[in-house]
Amino acid sequence: MTDAPEAPQIRPATGAAYSRILGVGGYRPVRVIPNSEVLTWIDSSDEWIRTRSGITERRWAGADETVAEMSVQAAGKAIAQAGIDPAQIGAVVVATVTHLKQTPAIATEIALRLGCPTAPAFDISAACAGFGYGLNLADGMIRAGSAEYVLVIGVERLSDLTDKSDRSTAFIFGDGAGAALVGPSDTPGIGKVIWGSDASQKDVITQTEAWDTAFALDGAVNGPGEETRWPALRMDGQPVFRWAVWEMAKVAQQALDAAGVTADQLGAFIPHQANMRITDAMIKALKLPASVPVARDIAETGNTSAASIPLAMERMLESGEAKTGDLALIIGFGAGLVYAAAVVTLP
Amino acid sequence: MAQDKDAVLEGLAEIVNEIAGIPTEDVALDKSFTDDLDVDSLSMVEVVVAAEERFDVKIPDDEVKNLKTVGDAVDYIVANSNS
Repeated sequence: MTDAPEAPQIRPATGAAYSRILGVGGYRPVRVIPNSEVLTWIDSSDEWIRTRSGITERRWAGADETVAEMSVQAAGKAIAQAGIDPAQIGAVVVATVTHLKQTPAIATEIALRLGCPTAPAFDISAACAGFGYGLNLADGMIRAGSAEYVLVIGVERLSDLTDKSDRSTAFIFGDGAGAALVGPSDTPGIGKVIWGSDASQKDVITQTEAWDTAFALDGAVNGPGEETRWPALRMDGQPVFRWAVWEMAKVAQQALDAAGVTADQLGAFIPHQANMRITDAMIKALKLPASVPVARDIAETGNTSAASIPLAMERMLESGEAKTGDLALIIGFGAGLVYAAAVVTLP
Repeated sequence: MAQDKDAVLEGLAEIVNEIAGIPTEDVALDKSFTDDLDVDSLSMVEVVVAAEERFDVKIPDDEVKNLKTVGDAVDYIVANSNS
């Protein structure tokens, strides 16, 4: 009797025990758009905009400040802080909804310009939750052994999707890029990412038209402003506000619980910079202790969707409001509706 | 058992006072939230969520836009409350 031949076995991939953010960087466009300039497009007032959103100014990108250019600038800072060679980057993940070409992904151009032209590179569409989605992928890749270092970028030129004649959204959006270099760690640096969606509300934040119908309308879709190039973003404020505050407060609490961290142990709360009113109401719903510093970058940056969390993180670290090694609760939420929250160690 | 209309008005006035800083005595049935009480659309959502909790009632997003006056809200809560 002979033994049956042994079935061939796949050698398992092995990764790092844990991952963490090793560097963060942002890019803010040069051009500042104060509320006074917005008021030349819409019938409103500075006070109305401030009380509805907390925004005093935002940055809008110029022609040279492309999605790729802003990303490369932000990523360069994150890579420098991490202290690695760009050639070591094992994946480039770009969260954006404003790279206005469906293929190829902008991630490949960014990888080429950064000096990691052979790394896997792809874009993800998860709107204002995009950074958290990317972070979750990065953490999984590093621990699974499919990459040692992962670059996660959130970047938007929302000015391209802004209808300047829509008084409910024209003042909200801004442009910019934020990047995080994620790598292996001996200690946990990214808590379990609580992510998900509420697809039943897919229409409460959406572009006005699909491309084919927009083309058929011959540009008329964007209204009298006519400077917007693509179908603009529309938002139904009340349902978004309710979901973003009370449902997201629950998600934020789940992220704290999953990480085994209590709110008073946080060194920073960095919610997606959607609207200062959402941030304030979420703080109340979450019963966040007043001692925890809260990101309020929206006042001068506007809502930059996927870029807002890393931009706000960079600002808090630069200003000294938060410190390297502090625990931060981050939560992104937006069109889909989709969300992602986690406790992370600040780089 | 349905809620008492006066009690709902009193409770709603306390909520509007806490969220929007409006004196409770100004929160009367014929007052419009936006035009008379200056409760903006986002504060209105905060009022609605607080009312849901206090009166054990569901006020869906589609219904919120129909609640123009304090009386509209009181009537809705009285008719739909579970407590």
